[in-house]
Amino acid sequence: MLRFIVRRLLQLIPILLGLSILLFAWLRALPGGPAVAALGERATPAKIAEYNRVFGLDEPLWTQYLRFLGRALRLDFGTSQTTGRAVTDEFFTRFPGTVELTVFAMVFAIGIGIPLGYLAARKHGSWIDSTSVIGSLLGVTIPVFFLAYLFRLLFAVQLGWLPGSGRQDVRMEATHVTNFYVLDGLLTREWDAAWDALQHLILPGIALGTIPLAIIVRITRASVLDVVNEDYVRTAQAKGLANDTVRRRHILRNALLPVSTTIGLQTGLLLSGAVLTETVFAFGGVGSTLREAISTRDYALLQGFILILAVVYVLVNLLVDVSYGLLDPRVRVK
Amino acid sequence: MTSAMTSAMAGAVPVLEVEELAVTFTRRGEASTRAVDGVSFAVAPGETIGLVGESGCGKSVTSLAVMGLLPRRGVEVSGSVRLDGEELLGASDRTLRKLRGADMAMVFQDPLSSLNPTVTIGTQVTEVLYEHRHMAKKDAVAEATDLLDRVGIPDPARRLGEYPHQLSGGMRQRALIAMALACSPRLLIADEPTTALDVTIQAQILELLRELVLGSGTALVMITHDLGVVAGLCDRVHVMYAGKIIETADRHDLFARPRQPYTGGLLASVPRLDAGRGTPLTPIRGSARDAIPWAEGCAFAPRCDNAEDDCLTEVSGSTVPLEYDGPGRELRCRHPLQYPPAAAGATASGVPR
Repeated sequence: MLRFIVRRLLQLIPILLGLSILLFAWLRALPGGPAVAALGERATPAKIAEYNRVFGLDEPLWTQYLRFLGRALRLDFGTSQTTGRAVTDEFFTRFPGTVELTVFAMVFAIGIGIPLGYLAARKHGSWIDSTSVIGSLLGVTIPVFFLAYLFRLLFAVQLGWLPGSGRQDVRMEATHVTNFYVLDGLLTREWDAAWDALQHLILPGIALGTIPLAIIVRITRASVLDVVNEDYVRTAQAKGLANDTVRRRHILRNALLPVSTTIGLQTGLLLSGAVLTETVFAFGGVGSTLREAISTRDYALLQGFILILAVVYVLVNLLVDVSYGLLDPRVRVK
Repeated sequence: MTSAMTSAMAGAVPVLEVEELAVTFTRRGEASTRAVDGVSFAVAPGETIGLVGESGCGKSVTSLAVMGLLPRRGVEVSGSVRLDGEELLGASDRTLRKLRGADMAMVFQDPLSSLNPTVTIGTQVTEVLYEHRHMAKKDAVAEATDLLDRVGIPDPARRLGEYPHQLSGGMRQRALIAMALACSPRLLIADEPTTALDVTIQAQILELLRELVLGSGTALVMITHDLGVVAGLCDRVHVMYAGKIIETADRHDLFARPRQPYTGGLLASVPRLDAGRGTPLTPIRGSARDAIPWAEGCAFAPRCDNAEDDCLTEVSGSTVPLEYDGPGRELRCRHPLQYPPAAAGATASGVPR
């Protein structure tokens, strides 16, 4: 198992190298180069030359690349041109918000998706089944930004039930230890702060969770339909086991194997930034930051965020593979 | 009538009595299929009966109906199934769950697919003990070790922690048998328990089943298409065709003097070691799909060499009945195979016309 993990971690190296080359090349390929990007199109040639000299952009490309790589290894991606803070600091302020949002969205999707998918399969052909199939089809086809916008308009603006922007009420004087606002509130015993942060997660979380929810319902349903016809379920019934034991140990345990893979992949996707949803709710996580960085041409920030998110994505996938091995003894690596 | 007779034959109160069992599958928009059609038999304690027939003859459906394992929707079961006198058809789910695994158990055909791949053998054995014998964990583990040992699994304590894919085919079937026997059931149904196994393993598993039945007085219903299994294990044999029993006989009588042409054909189709090299096999012509509904005549008639016009209902005016055919024998045939009075035992190739 350990060997498997180490091997997978080593696979990270070529992936990150490739990505770093891509990002590096992308910055140099900008019209006019990074200097114009930073100084604007009306910068004088003298200023551009000055800029290039200061940042070492007049040196050979490979020296530049090696320097970029060396800094990246020390998690130094330079400073954001809009906030003036180190890109890495910026990331670790923003990322916890995205993590909280992802956790909320996935808990919502899993908590409803698995029971619903199971029920649909067991009541195969009933109205519950057809409703959930149609519902999940709607869930994957409705564009997420539209849904997010609708939610905000209805529940935040019109009805005023829930907050519709940000991560926490700005008037809330909360102490932030980890930048996970809900967790911070719990740690510092500022219950109202935690509750407020949680309320801010509800609308974007549900909007973000609809696609994973729809996918989980469909996969759970299909998988349960497969498994209930397996011989071992009949064996379990022939043993006269309680319905609950048959359901949990013999049906769900096997039916959830493909679902767990989906959950992992979806989590990875959400973690790398829900640009649309976060933007609608001005959430201030990784996603909305990325969008702002694009519109303000904050290349240093983009470069750093993309590289770190790639690492996160690969690590989440590794976690999925490892947990799959734990769930299914047949693929367990010796 | 028939079941009363068979149980009297066995000379003891039967464990299982099946009377006029019929199973019909219906699907919306399709004609319904009668998979089992008026089957009656009984099994006494310590007795082994064989239900023999080719694929699709209704033998597995019969066993699932006895266990109450047929799906509820689209299936209609009628007749009577009594376990130690208790009627099982129409019994509540709860009652059936209490009986299954405890008083009646089943061993299935494919041991790999019949075991849950993600749960250890130990859990799959002990869950029966928890459910029916309400054992404490320590006792259940000790009992499971003992069970695996009894069915001949070496190093049972270690095997408890392993998963089905880590066991060989023979060991998996042994583990399934151990689970079935965990509560010393009165009735054991084995549905082609050796079909998926190597020949050498088959013999071991059959031997194991025989020992277990002899030792405990369990009634055993052996479902098989393999006449070798019948010869080695069964006391009485019921040959099924298209959902009905067409011949019932003592094992020795059946092999010596098959009366139904279908039984004769089954015996004749067994490959023989003493046949000359290159001798073609003697199959029964046609396939089970050629059967006609019993209402129109003998279902086997289209494939039967002995068939005559009166095998068809429209000529004879009645369905072919299952009738007394000598001591311990019953037969559903109007033109059975005949034997000269001093028959020295029919061999497969010597089936007379």
